Amino acid sequence: MISAQKIQSLVETAFPGSQVEAEDTTGTNDHFQLTVVSSSFQGKGMVERHRMIYGVLGAAIGGAIHALSLKTLTPEEAGKLS
Amino acid sequence: MSSEVQKTIADDIKKHKILMYVKGNKGNPMCGFSKMVMDIFLDLGADFETRDVLSDPEVRDGVKEFTQWPTIPQIFINGEFIGGCDIVRDLYTSGELKKMVDAAK
Repeated sequence: MISAQKIQSLVETAFPGSQVEAEDTTGTNDHFQLTVVSSSFQGKGMVERHRMIYGVLGAAIGGAIHALSLKTLTPEEAGKLS
Repeated sequence: MSSEVQKTIADDIKKHKILMYVKGNKGNPMCGFSKMVMDIFLDLGADFETRDVLSDPEVRDGVKEFTQWPTIPQIFINGEFIGGCDIVRDLYTSGELKKMVDAAK
């Protein structure tokens, strides 16, 4: 079992200065929506960005985390959306 | 993981313009994410091939190792790994996926 807060802190630690929002989408602690805004994504494609996140969450993916929907944005991209 | 499976996957993705490793198949998707991806490509009128990872555990693990991507579905266009459900949905929403599919024909 893993919580949205735990996912959030893992990603925040791995990406200093990032904005991270983790949401449990079903209330069962295994389906999550994760939005990460970080300058580390600059110049990187989607596959690479998602791999960076998967690298942080490691074995939890497919184990404690059954489904993880990702939004990975640079601060500029996030700025355009808000 | 056997290099044989890795070779099989490497050859398979080159043989097909659009190839997807999914749970189930076009007529009988066994997972919501796999269904969403197949529905998107059906909506684009794309001709695509599927491999049901539920019928072959070695391929299920092998493709994850091949792409260093821990989830299913996995989508390849012109032999290149495009991503999973999230990325395909975002590409579809932006219109980028249609261009990629048309270029793959």
